[in-house]
Amino acid sequence: MTRTSDITAAAEITAEPLVDLDVVDATLRAALDAGGEWAELFAEDRESTSVVFDEGRVEEMNSGRDRGVGIRVTAGEVTGYAHTSDLSAHGLADAARTAAAVATRQSHGGTVDMQSLGGNALAEPRVAVLPASIGAERKVALLRAADDAARSTHEAVTQVTARYGESRRRILVANTHGVCAADDQVRTLFSVGCVASGDGGLQTGRETVGYTVGWELFDDHDPAELAERAAQRAVTKLAARPAPSGEVPVVIARGGGGVLFHEACGHGLEADLVRKGASVFAGRVGSQVAASGVTLVDDGTMGPEWGALAIDDEGHPTQRNELISDGILTDYMWDWLRSRDEGRVPSGNGRRQSYTHLPMVRMTNTFVTNGDNDPADIIADTPWGVYVAHLGGGQVNTATGDFVFGMTESYLIEDGVITEPLREGNLIGNGPQVLLDIDALGNDFAMGSPGTCGKDGQGVPVGDGQPTLRVRALTVGGTAA
Amino acid sequence: MNGRRQFDTDELSQLARQLCEQAQGTEQIEVCVSTGRSTTVRAYNGDVESLRSGHSAAIGVRVITDGRQGFASAGSLDTDVIADTLAAARRNVMFGEPDPHQGLAEPDDVAPPGLDLSDPAVLSVSDADKIAAAIDLERRCLAADPRIAGVRVAAWSDGWSQSALASSTGICVQSEHGSCSVGAQPLATDGDETQIGYAGDAAWRPDELDIDRVVTESTSQATGQLGATKPPSERVTVVLAPPVAAAFIGVVASVLAADSVLKGRSPFADRVGEQIADERLHLVDDPTDPTTLGAANFDGEGLAARRNALISAGVLSGFLHNAYTARRSDTASTGSAVRGTRSIPGVGTHAPVVATGDIAAGDLHASVGDGVLVRGVSGLHSGVNPTSGDFSVGAWGHRIAGGQLAEPFREATIASTLQRMLLGICGIGATAEPLAGGMSMPPLVVADIALSGV
Repeated sequence: MTRTSDITAAAEITAEPLVDLDVVDATLRAALDAGGEWAELFAEDRESTSVVFDEGRVEEMNSGRDRGVGIRVTAGEVTGYAHTSDLSAHGLADAARTAAAVATRQSHGGTVDMQSLGGNALAEPRVAVLPASIGAERKVALLRAADDAARSTHEAVTQVTARYGESRRRILVANTHGVCAADDQVRTLFSVGCVASGDGGLQTGRETVGYTVGWELFDDHDPAELAERAAQRAVTKLAARPAPSGEVPVVIARGGGGVLFHEACGHGLEADLVRKGASVFAGRVGSQVAASGVTLVDDGTMGPEWGALAIDDEGHPTQRNELISDGILTDYMWDWLRSRDEGRVPSGNGRRQSYTHLPMVRMTNTFVTNGDNDPADIIADTPWGVYVAHLGGGQVNTATGDFVFGMTESYLIEDGVITEPLREGNLIGNGPQVLLDIDALGNDFAMGSPGTCGKDGQGVPVGDGQPTLRVRALTVGGTAA
Repeated sequence: MNGRRQFDTDELSQLARQLCEQAQGTEQIEVCVSTGRSTTVRAYNGDVESLRSGHSAAIGVRVITDGRQGFASAGSLDTDVIADTLAAARRNVMFGEPDPHQGLAEPDDVAPPGLDLSDPAVLSVSDADKIAAAIDLERRCLAADPRIAGVRVAAWSDGWSQSALASSTGICVQSEHGSCSVGAQPLATDGDETQIGYAGDAAWRPDELDIDRVVTESTSQATGQLGATKPPSERVTVVLAPPVAAAFIGVVASVLAADSVLKGRSPFADRVGEQIADERLHLVDDPTDPTTLGAANFDGEGLAARRNALISAGVLSGFLHNAYTARRSDTASTGSAVRGTRSIPGVGTHAPVVATGDIAAGDLHASVGDGVLVRGVSGLHSGVNPTSGDFSVGAWGHRIAGGQLAEPFREATIASTLQRMLLGICGIGATAEPLAGGMSMPPLVVADIALSGV
């Protein structure tokens, strides 16, 4: 069920490494000379463009450029980090000495193994058409088409905001244990938000599509169709009744609720939180933590999905990591630092927002695999409950496993049939309990909308997905009696 | 290349002005430039876990030609990058579409508050002192209660930044300041149960940080939640603890920004002069109080920062404006442009303040009788729809029974609409409790909120 990309390699190949490899070598040696046991250089060059179309016209066109290097030096349990946008040999050597200064407290000295340096210092974007090669007028034309489509969907649509975004992030990672790797990550995104106005006030609908692809995104996705769905969602909610309040059986549509697993257990399976006792899943490998039939995977290799990467931000190849197998907790996710302490290999989950940040354990594309149930049967077998077509963002307390997430499109289920639309509300549940309370799992897996996961002030792109499924009881935070 | 050029604040101003002087014909140019340095130290197990530091530089260029707007930014002040950024902003203008109200801020006659915010105290803290502060914070959390088993994060951060903003309409302002902050996430355990707390503080000067409050608040949050259970679903009167009240008031203030009003995305559009909240509520945005980190001399377009009344005795006084929304509404900017160096100015608050009410701290729970004290909320970003006003957020805290604080609860939500919540305020604490960043907020009592649990 893992999607594969049929996208051919792009024509443009990066001609030179982000930082000259002799300078990389000298910088890492400077870090060790200054007292480090291990050192890493992370270089990043990011270009982005966004266009905002609002009130029927192009409101903003923005472009941004960031280039810099972060040097990480460790000694024992101590990590020093220094970042700079000065990419000269002198600037990097300064940063290396700054990063090493704190690490000398525990240092026993280190050696450089850079035999493979340069082997993988170049990368090419894995996309068909670089978005930057497309003229801005074509981007504006898509936005205008989305605006037209949304407004002509229904007369109740009073405001439309359409956004186009593209980013290209080139990275180079090298460390004194011989890692040297590069990646060229291109992402393209399109979103439409609509406001509908009715007797009961204002309601909103949003649709977003985004992949780790280039301009070919629009071969498979029509902005006008996206806009119609967003508009329809807002209009539908004008007639929505208050959501119930209290514990209710909840059916979640395919692809609409992967964020549930991201929050309910994904964060709790990050080894940095586990190690500090801040996860309710600490010490539970080998135990049953979910209903049988539930298999949870984090997969950074997953085709063009939003959280896909060739390498993580520590230079390790991403991979498919099965975290829960048929209900049994099999493993956590790992970055370099936490896997070093456990004497194991990293799982390709060391990520950072930018060169100014320390990497930590992060998810990539997190999803639950297919079960056996026909999704139509799941709904038909639910006498009364809530059908969630689409979830918004969420948040989790990893120590307790309590999580919340917003229902941006939901309906009542009465006598096995989806009936009236419901107003927005949050769902709240406890991760370990919800995993055990999954009592039906569909065979219609789909990935969901692109997301940005925030942790300790850093945001990274992630994907999630699941088949249609039912949770026996979740607390719906509505206002109805 | 032997290192790069360092800028002082006057040089940043000069750089911004020189770029603005390149405006041609009817073109308007606004340039924001900044440099900064920062350090973050985390402690764990009685030693330094990590020390991160770095220098940053940024430029944001906005070009407006005949009502068309383009923007570009970069994370460097190298000469070639500056030229590229202006060129990119000019390119982006070509695809903007004309809006007769678009244009840069023009100097007005309002004098800035003249605050001296460039206290250099933070510059004298050594790395060793920062490490010691983080380690000491962890130690004090561990010592606060025998049930505190660990501290996930104990951190110190500080920074120093310089910035300048100039425009071809004649605006040229600059600022320079430092700040510092601490934060702790202690873990409390009892048997198999673990609870986590969080508190932090931020200030202009290290000696203004209230470490005692951070330790007490973060550890009591964690220990106070031990044994918490899911409450029954019912409509209740809630006491919003000051940090929670501040979070909700921040959302209310954001929907009183004129950009969301003009675009038909605010539930309070067309309601100026109407009663939108209980008459006990007075809300102002006050960037002129130098003790808060929201204090500023200028807004994001270089106009004087000023005190603006938003809600007076429950009546909506007006909306917040930047130059664009003011021009479109045929009024004057309220000095409420907010921006980073690398973003187009939006509209928002600097430092929202709620006037205290008349319920003494000791009478708060008795005034409620039966209800809940909400000490924390989660999912605020996904659980509040600022257009419809609907909100539904995760909540935890304590029950209030017979006028007394009772058992803790968790895994619940509170839901209503912002409109109903403002009108449902039935009490405001007489004491504003300190929050992070020199802000303060009284507790708010709100009737008829849907609590969802079992």
